[in-house]
Amino acid sequence: MLNPVPAQGPPAAAPLLQAIGMTKLYGTFAANDSIDIDLYAGEIHALLGENGAGKSTLVKVMYGLIQPTAGEMRWMGEKVVLVGPSAARAQGVGMVFQHFSLFENLTVAENVALGLDGKESFADMSARLAKVSNDYGLPLDPKREVWRLSVGERQRIEIVRALMQNPKLLILDEPTAVLTPQEADQLFIVLERLRSEGRALLYISHKLEEVKRLCDTATILRGGKKVATCNPHQETAASLARMMVGADIGIVKAGAARATTVPRLVIKDLSLEPDDPHGTYLKSISLEVKGGEILGIAGVAGNGQDEFFAALSGERLSGAEGNIVIDGEAAGLMSVTERRRLGAAFVPEERLGHGTAPRMKLSENALLTGHAASHMVNHGFIDKPATLETVDKTTKTFDVRKAKRDPEAASLSGGNLQKFIVGREILREPGVLVVSQPTWGVDAGAAAVIRQALLDLSGRGTAVLVISQDLDELAEISDRIAVMFHGHLSEPIPAASANREKLGLLMGGSPAGESTGQKEAVHAVGA
Amino acid sequence: MQLVLEKRAERSTFIAVASPLIAIAFTLITMAVLFAILGKNPIAALNVYFVEPLTDSYSLMEIAVKATPLVMIAIGLSLCYLANVWNIGAEGQFIMGAVCGSWLAVVTNGTGAGHWVLPAMLVMGALGGALWALIPAICKVRFGANEILTSLMLVYVADLIMDYLVRGPWRDPKGLNFPTTAAFDPVATVPTLLDGSRLHAGSVAALIVVMLATVMLGRTIKGFESRVVGAAPRAARFGGFNSKQLVIFTFMVSGALAGLAGIIEVAGPVGVLQPGISPGYGFTAIIVAFLGRLNPVGILIAGLFLALTFIGGEGAQISMKIPLDLTKVFQGILLFYVLACDSLILYRIRLIFPLKKAAQGNVHGTA
Repeated sequence: MLNPVPAQGPPAAAPLLQAIGMTKLYGTFAANDSIDIDLYAGEIHALLGENGAGKSTLVKVMYGLIQPTAGEMRWMGEKVVLVGPSAARAQGVGMVFQHFSLFENLTVAENVALGLDGKESFADMSARLAKVSNDYGLPLDPKREVWRLSVGERQRIEIVRALMQNPKLLILDEPTAVLTPQEADQLFIVLERLRSEGRALLYISHKLEEVKRLCDTATILRGGKKVATCNPHQETAASLARMMVGADIGIVKAGAARATTVPRLVIKDLSLEPDDPHGTYLKSISLEVKGGEILGIAGVAGNGQDEFFAALSGERLSGAEGNIVIDGEAAGLMSVTERRRLGAAFVPEERLGHGTAPRMKLSENALLTGHAASHMVNHGFIDKPATLETVDKTTKTFDVRKAKRDPEAASLSGGNLQKFIVGREILREPGVLVVSQPTWGVDAGAAAVIRQALLDLSGRGTAVLVISQDLDELAEISDRIAVMFHGHLSEPIPAASANREKLGLLMGGSPAGESTGQKEAVHAVGA
Repeated sequence: MQLVLEKRAERSTFIAVASPLIAIAFTLITMAVLFAILGKNPIAALNVYFVEPLTDSYSLMEIAVKATPLVMIAIGLSLCYLANVWNIGAEGQFIMGAVCGSWLAVVTNGTGAGHWVLPAMLVMGALGGALWALIPAICKVRFGANEILTSLMLVYVADLIMDYLVRGPWRDPKGLNFPTTAAFDPVATVPTLLDGSRLHAGSVAALIVVMLATVMLGRTIKGFESRVVGAAPRAARFGGFNSKQLVIFTFMVSGALAGLAGIIEVAGPVGVLQPGISPGYGFTAIIVAFLGRLNPVGILIAGLFLALTFIGGEGAQISMKIPLDLTKVFQGILLFYVLACDSLILYRIRLIFPLKKAAQGNVHGTA
């Protein structure tokens, strides 16, 4: 990794932003409980914590998106109240969200213009955009439509948009979650450059190695309270994780003998047109997942994973019966419900709105997928006790934490809701499980629980297909890994021989990852 | 100062119950202002509107008579709206139900047919409404046509079909050229509950519909399907629910209920098929559905309340010369406030006071 900027010690000057006793109550629940945090210019400050620890709440307060119940903020020593994001931007706070807010049909420059408060002409703004993006090594063509861009490029727009307001403080919410390892390295260079310019950066991440490598200071939140502020260079990933979770995280272990048996999920020559004009074509995908095996699908988001998941779950039909075979039954034309009855289970990427109906109770969300194959419906009537029983069982088995027995799905934290969704499917003991981003945006503790559950399930003979952008996760649990790029799926390779560089190249579309040797051989023969 | 709507973590059950009451309170205040502008004493006018109808038994029974079609139609509409299907054409389905059922009454008129006529009329009325509702449903599912427009436009088609029939082929030969069918035979008439009153068995039917809807929405997988398709369409698709089938289903059920209400109305209180059988029941029922929070029991209460405004409006016209159209103004204002108050279920209002930039110089350097 390049490291052009010498690491700086904590500056002696006064903090740029000081939050004192920051408290945010939702009813009686304290999302933030008198948190103090000091951010200094020329420093990358990590904000660590489990999901639901209050990180998002804290940065939203700093960006003026929500108003604190108590506590005060001082900007360069002076008390401020940020009535909204534009007030925060006016002070010099910029934010790059985890979920991009971009209009796909508009160009880069148009998107940036929409996010700026200024009154400069569009031409001036475009020129400034090109200049800023080049200066920082974030090349962007202002005239290109967003839908043509990769996820990494889209993130550049968000960063450049924030930089064009020349922020003194830049908040980044899990910026590497959607990047390939190589793209992440490029991003770190930019962040170090920003630090050397004397800007303050607040960096939210779950990836502890990243934090150790990049950040000067780390503040750790747990349960809405600040646990510690420390120097991450002096901590180990394990000690940071311990502070976040409040306990040692169990290490995920595979079951003893994971007998790989017959294929339970077979995909043959699956091609699919995208639903919307900006989607990805699936191109002749073939794959076999055996019982007792976890097969990982790596790839940068937007390379066809969503379409692939929809085709497997039956939310979209590919039009040919034999494309998808579940436990020997041709299921290509079957509905979601029929596939579930064959013993398949699915966990989509989006927790709210796809995996669950956000404003419905957990028991109703248990019914959402359980009505197909579980005994929750008798002659069209819902067996309410049976749905509640599923909630209780999932809660107990997977340690789902919630305020009451049967709350609305949207009121759970991301990690707990994910444990519920994964648990809901695993409790049915499926023969085939397809999971998309099983631990996306989930804290370390919950992620360990979920990964262990997937390993245990495969140990019981289930074929598990995991679609994930998290290479560490795939390396941890998969037996074989394939990479999806532009709707193509590479040949799966054994996880043991799949290193980050190899996968990273495949994820970037370079065939060098695995076929260099073959190509050279062909050339050799040809010559 | 800034007014901010802040999202609540979980929906407020208190506001969910209180929101219709808050809406009614705001509506009454607005109405009082309107009365004052018209030069009427607001207190006296509100008294005529909302209190006097409750003080005599005739008016009370009239309220039940008016509430019957409102509740029946609104129950069906609530099913649609829960599923995010926007059936605005209940008025047309009401009319077509009345027309289809009346056909049997017209052809059996004076033939001495037996007691099978009324049940058959009810079935035909429900069927007529359902089939009329099927048109916008199919247009939506097959061609993606906006059901708000198609269902609304079919109201006027239905109205003109009825108009043609009662002025043409079905006109009572002994009716002095008035546009009306002959009075229905007793076997084609919904029986009254009390001698000498207009309160009829249809009100009982409405209560049964309320009970069935409560069970259906709360306890059956079909009711769950309707709610989840409306609340989270993508999750519903993931759950294996087919939203196209549901569009057809909800449209047909609400059409059937509106059609049933229509035939009960003409075979009950009206007694003949004639233009003007509905003072806009199909549209008022939209307000009833939302005022009742799309909940069957809530709809029953809301239906009685809206019926009160019809009766009160008539009373106010007679005793205070307040135009009857003001009732419609009232209903519109009410719907507006109901929808506005509903946002408080998911959001709370907060006032934010930004600090004035105090010129305090030396805050820097606090360690």
